[in-house]
Amino acid sequence: MIQADLTVILPEIVLAVYAMVALLGAVYTTKDGVAPLLVWTTSGLMAVLAIWIATSGNGTNVAFNGMFVDDGFARFAKVAILLSAAAVLVMSQDYMNRRGLLRFEYPLLVALAAVGMMMMVSAGDLMALYMGLELQSLALYVVAALRRDSVKSTEAGLKYFVLGALSSGLLLYGASLVYGFSGTTLFSGIIQTAKHGELSVGMLFGLIFLISGLAFKVSAVPFHMWTPDVYEGSPTPITAFFATAPKVAAMALFARLMHDAFGAAVKDWQQVIVLLSVLSMFLGAIAAIGQRDIKRLMAFSSIAHMGYALIGLAAGTELGVKSMLMYLAIYVTMNVGTFAFILMMERDGQPVTDIEALRQYGRREPGKALAVLILMFSLAGVPPMLGFFAKYGVWQAGVQADLTGLVIASAVASVIGAFYYLRIVFYMYFGEEPEEALDTHSSPILWAALMGSAALMLVGVVYQFGIEGAAAAAAATLVN
Amino acid sequence: METTILFAPLVGAILCGFGWKFLGEKAAMWTATGLLFLSCLLSWIVFFTFDGVTQQIEILRWIESGALSTDWAIRLDRMTAIMLIVVTTVSALVHLYSFGYMEHDPQWREGESYKPRFFAYLSFFTFAMLMLVTADNLVQMFFGWEGVGVASYLLIGFYYRKPSANAAAMKAFIVNRVGDFGFALGIFALFFLVDSINFDDIFAAAPTLAETQLTFLWAEWSAIEVVCVLLFIGAMGKSAQLILHTWLPDAMEGPTPVSALIHAATMVTAGVFLVCRMSPLMEFAPGATGFITVLGATTAFFAATVGLVQTDIKRVIAYSTCSQLGYMFVAAGVGMYSAAMFHLFTHAFFKALLFLGAGSVIHAMHHEQDMMNYGNLRKKIPYTFAAMMIGTLAITGVGIPLTTFGFAGFLSKDAIIESAYAGGSSYGFWLLVVAAAMTSFYSWRLILLTFYGEERGDKHTHEHAHESPMTMLVPLGVLSAGAVFAGMIWYNSFFGHTDQVAKFYGIPVAETAADGHSTSHGASGSDTVSSDGHGDDAGYADDGHGEPSSGEHHYVFAGEPGEGALYMAPDNTVLDDAHAAPKWVKLSPFIAMVLGLIVALWFYVWNPAMPGRMVENFNPLYRFLKNKWYFDEIYDAIFVKSALRLGRLLWKRGDGNTIDGFLNGMAMGVVPFFTRLAGKAQSGYIFTYAFWMVLGLAALVTWMSIGGGAH
Repeated sequence: MIQADLTVILPEIVLAVYAMVALLGAVYTTKDGVAPLLVWTTSGLMAVLAIWIATSGNGTNVAFNGMFVDDGFARFAKVAILLSAAAVLVMSQDYMNRRGLLRFEYPLLVALAAVGMMMMVSAGDLMALYMGLELQSLALYVVAALRRDSVKSTEAGLKYFVLGALSSGLLLYGASLVYGFSGTTLFSGIIQTAKHGELSVGMLFGLIFLISGLAFKVSAVPFHMWTPDVYEGSPTPITAFFATAPKVAAMALFARLMHDAFGAAVKDWQQVIVLLSVLSMFLGAIAAIGQRDIKRLMAFSSIAHMGYALIGLAAGTELGVKSMLMYLAIYVTMNVGTFAFILMMERDGQPVTDIEALRQYGRREPGKALAVLILMFSLAGVPPMLGFFAKYGVWQAGVQADLTGLVIASAVASVIGAFYYLRIVFYMYFGEEPEEALDTHSSPILWAALMGSAALMLVGVVYQFGIEGAAAAAAATLVN
Repeated sequence: METTILFAPLVGAILCGFGWKFLGEKAAMWTATGLLFLSCLLSWIVFFTFDGVTQQIEILRWIESGALSTDWAIRLDRMTAIMLIVVTTVSALVHLYSFGYMEHDPQWREGESYKPRFFAYLSFFTFAMLMLVTADNLVQMFFGWEGVGVASYLLIGFYYRKPSANAAAMKAFIVNRVGDFGFALGIFALFFLVDSINFDDIFAAAPTLAETQLTFLWAEWSAIEVVCVLLFIGAMGKSAQLILHTWLPDAMEGPTPVSALIHAATMVTAGVFLVCRMSPLMEFAPGATGFITVLGATTAFFAATVGLVQTDIKRVIAYSTCSQLGYMFVAAGVGMYSAAMFHLFTHAFFKALLFLGAGSVIHAMHHEQDMMNYGNLRKKIPYTFAAMMIGTLAITGVGIPLTTFGFAGFLSKDAIIESAYAGGSSYGFWLLVVAAAMTSFYSWRLILLTFYGEERGDKHTHEHAHESPMTMLVPLGVLSAGAVFAGMIWYNSFFGHTDQVAKFYGIPVAETAADGHSTSHGASGSDTVSSDGHGDDAGYADDGHGEPSSGEHHYVFAGEPGEGALYMAPDNTVLDDAHAAPKWVKLSPFIAMVLGLIVALWFYVWNPAMPGRMVENFNPLYRFLKNKWYFDEIYDAIFVKSALRLGRLLWKRGDGNTIDGFLNGMAMGVVPFFTRLAGKAQSGYIFTYAFWMVLGLAALVTWMSIGGGAH
């Protein structure tokens, strides 16, 4: 029994054991001296695990009496999480190194966060859910405050921690309500109680608290407030990490909880998600217009993007989940490229985040500017970039689920949101000459990430590398 | 060979238009011209070797969309063959002529390159026109139809530095849109009714369509009448018939060779061609053809009256063109399509001749176009004078009455007037006879004002008047030959006895009783003949050729719709009736012509003070004619002004205030307001953030427990 369970969670165990062994090893050797090596081994291991998970296992395997579920949905999310985490880790090395931030804990904390995320997407029980969530969050609180000598970074870490604790409290309270009214913490048990007609008031309250807790993790309005501050305050590589893997994990967990535990009462949570989605899209679009700092801008951009992804969830259908997964995969790819570019924004070796600094960038670095242009168009959802098809997918799901109003609202929001993406393009090509130009320095890894991501935005329109099929299969295992 | 004819001008246009920088100006122009002469030569070969049997030469599969399946194919029949020689001959000559005419154009600055562009447009026009006449289906025809429209637009506005040329180009384009709208509706209607746009299918369906009802606008109509009227509206636009004629006189802003090619010989006759091409439909639509007759006759009369008082040499000829097109439509309207084609054919020669002659005069007079500044030019430019004289003799219809010996216009115009009489349209007949008198008057007036009398206008210009170069005189010579002989040579083919015409067009015929009674026996006989196939019919026709029968009904047309190039219903006896018309009818156009000549001589030679007195005595009438019946003014008041007003309303109020206002308000007022609001909410204090979270949660809980899914 226990051996069969352990086989199912073997990837998580491998990563967790690696993190602990590496931690001990680093502490007893040269500490930060091995950090560059650890970055490579950690990301290498995560990439290997991703390939392993992608190629191994089929069907649904349940471990620990249903507390841990390893199905197609979880595997899809895990591959996305591991690959994006590995990519961000590799991208961050140069930046962290040159600023003396490359501590050996950094890759290991990311690894532990990844373990937590893997746990989250595989959760089949409220307790497993909470465990994964907290493991992830604790690691993230620490990395957010990694730059201990910076006021902004510590402030960001602290804000994230306090508000995260509040959201954890809400989540826990919701979980206990649900447990109290259903008598079980297993998702498969909760859905049984809901099956007898509608949700009871207690269950409904529990559901809302759970949603609130998760909405904090995906930074949906009105639980988004931490996002801009944390994105701005954290070192840029950490921001890049925040914007990618944890978002995938939180959205996947959100979808799993809604469908596995409350799949029988779609109508009850659908309206809440619709509201969160609309608010996120509009706030993300409108508030970002006022931002001059590209990291804050990307924070609002991610809020808006989570709003679009929530459309897929709100649809409550298999197509909806599929489109949501596609959206997340494309969103992560776009963000990796965009942050690779932001990491390259330097003047005299110092990071620059003011978008005004991009003026006339297109003249000095036509190649990179073109890649950024493609990414910005894609983020704005301009056809024929891949970002448009991501939006198109969720809209299709929304329309099929009779959420036409939501779809129209999101189209309006995306028009408003296009403004700030296009403003970056405008600065690059039509802005006035800035007083001081950005450095032309670029690391080959960042350059490759930027160009690769931009190329994918175009290539992906014709060929998706089988992601669409995988997403469809993943959605099929979740919704049934 | 047919494909070469079709594509040689296109190749010429591309090489000349895009390649002149590599080829050099001269070489590019000669390439385009040479290819057109090749096309012309091949066209004549096709015309003479063509045996009357309709052929379809497929070029490529064109459109496959649902039930719409269309080839791009050349439909080669007699109609196409006629049009091929008309188009390529005039076009080739105009190309040649343009070498001289466009040599030193004062519209362009020294060193500016405009000639290759001009030649490329001309060649492109020729290609589009050939597309139109070789079309095997309506969409292909429409493609050519719009192609010539574009070419016409480009060439009218060729002098793009002249605001008047640009305005004229736009006017031509926009007025044609009205006609094209009708044409397109006609095509849609046919596709809706027949499920095909190929000529063969449409023609075969004509008898069925005659019995079909169609709801259009507010009422039920006979389907075929609606279709024919819609198609004719298209023809009206292109052929400058009354109501839609206003663009043609203004189109004279283009260079003169363009006027000769497009606005006299070829494009404007496309409408006539369309009606004749659609003869299988027209034969079943008496209402529509009646309308065509009346409108054609009215146009012929109207344009002739306006032509009486114009002083711009090109405008006189333009109104003359408009008028002659009216003649052609009358012929088509009474069912004598062959006579329409005959006049189209001869008119192409003598009208192109007149235009090119006028161009030669203008060239000689340093681009002076007002006839009031001409006079006594016959000695200075003798060749041009001779050519213009021949053209005038042809258009006024000089010949020996009651024989078939005369200039081209004599035969074809008389054929139309006799047909109008025989077709039972006395309205058409009388209007055409009166118009013939006026044609004679204004044509001779042109000659007399230009070549006779005293030198008027700028002395200096007159002193430097010079004969045109050979490149311009050769086309004049060739066209003169056409204007003299085209009528006599092909009279029998176009307007001979039934069997001759039938043979020419490849229409099956049937023999009837000698007294001309169309008995049921005859009808059954026609069935057998038409089922025998074309070879036998040709044999029949050959037999009949030898018989010197005059006026007796030996043959009637007996084809099914779609057989042969034209369709004339078995009960269509206009051809025979026209030959049997009374003597006074046959003499009337001649008398009218002589009358016009005498009046012209009286006014401009014997008593030159006469025109001035007439103007004084009949001032209102003079002003009415001078202002072209006030068509432009009326249109301006009704359509142009109101369209401008509507446009301004939509622009200022609709686009400016409503749409821009809304968007600007949103983008510059509402959204920034919320942006500031969101910025304020983002205070940076943890307690604010926590407060929002709790507030959000409380709101959600409240909402769900009151209005949500809770019970």
